[in-house]
Amino acid sequence: MITRFVLRALEGKIVVAIGVLLAIAVLVPALNLLVPAGSAFHVPTYAVSLFGKYLCYALLALALDLVWGYCGILSLGHGAFFALGGYAMGMYLMRQIGSRGVYGDPLLPDFMVFLNWKELPWFWYGFDMFPFAMLMVLVVPGLLAFLFGWFAFRSRVNGVYLSIITQAMTYALMLAFFRNDMGFGGNNGLTDYKDILGFSVQAAGTRNVLFALSAIMLALCLLIASAIARSKFGKVLVGVRDAESRVRFLGFRVENIKLFTFVVSAMMAGIAGALFVPQVGIINPGEFAPANSIEVVVWTAVGGRGTLIGPIIGAIVVNAGKSFFTGAFPEFWLYALGGLFIAVTLFLPKGIVGTIQHGWNARKALKAAAEREKGEDTDMMPQAAE
Amino acid sequence: MTTVAETRSKSLLYLENVSVSFDGFKALNALSFVVEPGELRAIIGPNGAGKTTMMDIITGKTRPDTGTVLFEDAIDLTKRDEADIAQLGIGRKFQKPTVFESHTVWDNLELALNRSRGVFATLFYALTGEDRARIEEILETIRLTHRTDELAANLSHGQKQWLEIGMLLAQEPKLLLVDEPVAGMTDAETAETAILLREIAETRSVVVVEHDMGFIRELGVKVTCLAEGAVLAEGSIDFVSSDPKVIENYLGR
Repeated sequence: MITRFVLRALEGKIVVAIGVLLAIAVLVPALNLLVPAGSAFHVPTYAVSLFGKYLCYALLALALDLVWGYCGILSLGHGAFFALGGYAMGMYLMRQIGSRGVYGDPLLPDFMVFLNWKELPWFWYGFDMFPFAMLMVLVVPGLLAFLFGWFAFRSRVNGVYLSIITQAMTYALMLAFFRNDMGFGGNNGLTDYKDILGFSVQAAGTRNVLFALSAIMLALCLLIASAIARSKFGKVLVGVRDAESRVRFLGFRVENIKLFTFVVSAMMAGIAGALFVPQVGIINPGEFAPANSIEVVVWTAVGGRGTLIGPIIGAIVVNAGKSFFTGAFPEFWLYALGGLFIAVTLFLPKGIVGTIQHGWNARKALKAAAEREKGEDTDMMPQAAE
Repeated sequence: MTTVAETRSKSLLYLENVSVSFDGFKALNALSFVVEPGELRAIIGPNGAGKTTMMDIITGKTRPDTGTVLFEDAIDLTKRDEADIAQLGIGRKFQKPTVFESHTVWDNLELALNRSRGVFATLFYALTGEDRARIEEILETIRLTHRTDELAANLSHGQKQWLEIGMLLAQEPKLLLVDEPVAGMTDAETAETAILLREIAETRSVVVVEHDMGFIRELGVKVTCLAEGAVLAEGSIDFVSSDPKVIENYLGR
């Protein structure tokens, strides 16, 4: 049953994309570690982490595509799930510092010593264990999505209202995490990590492994998302997007369908956040900023929503553009981003991948029509009643 | 004369004294209405007579303020939601054809098929031979076999109406509510639809709301005329259309 579910995911484009991601997972670390620094093919370590960051963003965009592109839920709060996954990872990394912190406390992270706290808050328990922390990377965003979705979808909050409350959710979380007494490092967040599973987070080897893991997790989530999208459930999702009441009157529980998708998507966003944090070395409340979540929507729209591969391309292209612009013309980046979004909305409403796919299908349809014209001239209409 | 209790126990759908108002406007005013198993019934009435509101109440979209709504003399429909009621066996076709435009004709029917509708059941669903045969049979019935792999968006208006009827058939309902099935259809399509509905009514009850009097004559069934949220007249088309109240309220205008 599971095998069939997974095999169904392997459509041509998805296979290629997964292949490319797995190839990158091997190739980039190889070019970094094995090729000497002087060579033209050498990939510098900073670039490995930079690409790794793009891959995390791509996974976040993929997660958004599942709820927005397929189910029609425009979440403007997906950054919250990403940040929560990031905080879970950050808490593990903080516990790994141990007595190597500035204040040298064996148990308490530096910011707690600074705040004059005497003992570890209960919600920090267990985060010294890697498996527990990784579980929380999935559970915390999943649980928030479950609670949020349970109420929102059951009360049939739809469309723009839902988008606004997702935005409010991430904003509220940002304000909460800014407070020092929340116990998550306040304004400064969690940083100054030393090692992960005993390996230094600064070491080139660790960075390459994190990069490879990002590519592999992205490939895995793409596989899962594709399997979902190509199952009967995926078709129901598109039905919910296009004609929700029809789905309801066919006897489906739309609220459960949305809830499941929202939770899966939130967990994927959490994984993306967890991979992001050790590669950039910090997580702070800024990651909850509403603008971040809106940027994810832009990446997804640029790449092409409802295509799975589009958002991955969109996230990488836009962020590579951002890195280039903010370096070359720092004052123009926001204009470029705004201009890009307007251009995509006006000229490529289906996004990059969506437009290519559309053109491809149109060509195929033309060909098929031409074939039919040649082949048969019989009337295909049903017979009217006598 | 049959007693009320007898009528009720024989009924498939039983509405008694159903009232509902929206912002003071009485959309339904003590409406009583009975459908028997295997019956094909037509409903006519002017705009605002409460035809669509009645369907909303039967399918769980709207809750009545007062009144009884029973399915098979046992199930209180006012306590159920849309998904529940659909699973009980009441299918509904909307006034505006509502099909999944970005899916193929086949996929539309596959989604509608009366199978387990849970999240995991649909995630791991695989088309069985039995399901395939059922979909092919429905395609035959709704005259769309030649367009199986076409996106529903590319169908003509009339074909979309038929596809939606096909989706309802796939649900295997005991009762089908059909709202204005021939609106916007050509004459040939209208005639074909009358045949289609009569075919369907051989195995289940069908309630058709329609404005097209010619179409209703073609169906040749018992007619209920609604006005101002209540039943004005009920009987054969000739009986109803000669009723002075019906002429004044509906036909005359």
